[in-house]
Amino acid sequence: MIELEGLTKRYGEKVAVNNLTCTVRPGIVTGFLGPNGAGKSTTMRMMLGLDRPTAGDVRIDGKHYDQLTDPLKYIGALLDAKAMHGGRSAFNHLLCLAQSNGIPKQRVHEVLDTVGLTAVAKKKAKGFSLGMGQRLGIAGALLGDPRILMFDEPVNGLDPEGIHWIRNLMKSLAAQGRTVFVSSHLMSEMALTADHLVVIGQGRLLADTSMADFIAQNSRSYVRIRTPQRERLLDVLHSAGITVVETGNGVLEVDGDKSAQIGELAAQYQIVLHELSPQQASLEEAFMQLTAESVEYHAHSDTPSAPQPQWGDGWKGN
Amino acid sequence: MAALQVVRSEWTKIRSVASTVWTLSLAVVVTIALGMLISALSKNEFDNMSRNDRLSFDPTFISFAGMSLGQLAMIVFGVLVVSNEYSTGMIRTSLAAVPRRGTFLAGKIAVATALALVVGMATSFVAFFLGQAMLGEHKASIGDSGVLRAVIGGGVYMTLIAVFSMGVAAMLRSPMLSLGILMPFFFLISNILGNVDATKKIGRYLPDQAGSKIMQVVTPIDDDTPYGPWGGLGIMALWVVAALLGGYVLLKKRDA
Repeated sequence: MIELEGLTKRYGEKVAVNNLTCTVRPGIVTGFLGPNGAGKSTTMRMMLGLDRPTAGDVRIDGKHYDQLTDPLKYIGALLDAKAMHGGRSAFNHLLCLAQSNGIPKQRVHEVLDTVGLTAVAKKKAKGFSLGMGQRLGIAGALLGDPRILMFDEPVNGLDPEGIHWIRNLMKSLAAQGRTVFVSSHLMSEMALTADHLVVIGQGRLLADTSMADFIAQNSRSYVRIRTPQRERLLDVLHSAGITVVETGNGVLEVDGDKSAQIGELAAQYQIVLHELSPQQASLEEAFMQLTAESVEYHAHSDTPSAPQPQWGDGWKGN
Repeated sequence: MAALQVVRSEWTKIRSVASTVWTLSLAVVVTIALGMLISALSKNEFDNMSRNDRLSFDPTFISFAGMSLGQLAMIVFGVLVVSNEYSTGMIRTSLAAVPRRGTFLAGKIAVATALALVVGMATSFVAFFLGQAMLGEHKASIGDSGVLRAVIGGGVYMTLIAVFSMGVAAMLRSPMLSLGILMPFFFLISNILGNVDATKKIGRYLPDQAGSKIMQVVTPIDDDTPYGPWGGLGIMALWVVAALLGGYVLLKKRDA
């Protein structure tokens, strides 16, 4: 269990993380979602005691990170696959981490085996591909057999096989009852792995919800229609009590999954249809909309009534 | 037992990177070889020296002449041990494993210091004996008054130079910046300040000038240095403590 309370980080004037409060629960994969620069990595660094919060608090199982004896046994993290000395072999990299937390040497062999790096254990890390580096970082996170695991953008730059492996690993870790907290800037990735979502934008909490609720609320389904007999179709649908929205370019949209009903009405009144297609707004769009709003809200918050400058104002006046 | 765990971990770190081996080997080879060369040259020069020069002829100190260059390798060792963590990004992994930063830094410095002391001490003794062998009939003996102190002091001097560099690197983090400041400082600036009359009085309080006093057995005739060999080593030790404290305070305070 990880608890964030009013977590805030300022760099001079810039607020990277703004009053973030949420709880990461065990037994599920919690996705930490936000566009690039939203403050995800900063938040994760504060959780590990690497960056000092300007205000607020993070507690791991009720304790501050630096109060944990042998922290790798509580929480394992992959922040950055390159956070290692390239001249050191994979085995020695893991060995020095294990020794610092009193973890037996045998465990180093085990995690190397888990991530499939046994064959290159004696090789220097600088010769590793991005995927191998990522696996070595994950081996380091698993070293202390921790109850909490944290991954920052773990699938970045990986090939499909590596992505698949990481997804399954995260799911199996959560199924063992562990707390899994994983960040990403890709909604589509989260949709496949996460059970719960924490969304931030501009350092603020935008949503803290289960994946199922997020999908239910944000995946709008609608029917897209094109017809040469626009007026007549509008009349027919209107008298059937169906609300139609015109979106320009001759396209009509009807909320909900009513394509069968509309098709039957069109046949009954002999209206020609060029298109009748059920559509689903993607989660990616929903996510973009959610975070875009936060950006907009932010930009307007200082001067709510100030008129927005129009394009060309600069030279038109002169 | 957290401290012991950190020491074991830091020992694994230090022995598993190539830079440890090449910096320390370079320090050993350069110090000994240059010391032998200068000892051999001094032996041939002795008959042409003035009376005063012959009176203040210090065979022990001459055999340590290689340290002026060898210490640069010790500086590189000290800088890399600490700044490698930052330049590779390893520091974030290290501090996540050992969040008590004081323990982390103390463990790292303790291991690197112990290693530097073993290497420095061995270098100093070998440089002395081989240097004396080159000096022929002008040589000093390890049993002569003050000689053993000077030889042990030479090992301590090399160690303190490395530890001072660790402290500076802990403050500056960047290996390039640390080396860019330390190398010219110890190779050029300190020597210039110590040899120009106007700045001599300040120059002799610099860590290397003060510390190298421990390696002198014969005091030069016109020497008016206000401290003795142990006083000089004490001044150097104060510099080292200051650098380490600075490194500790900044590490404690900064985001990693």
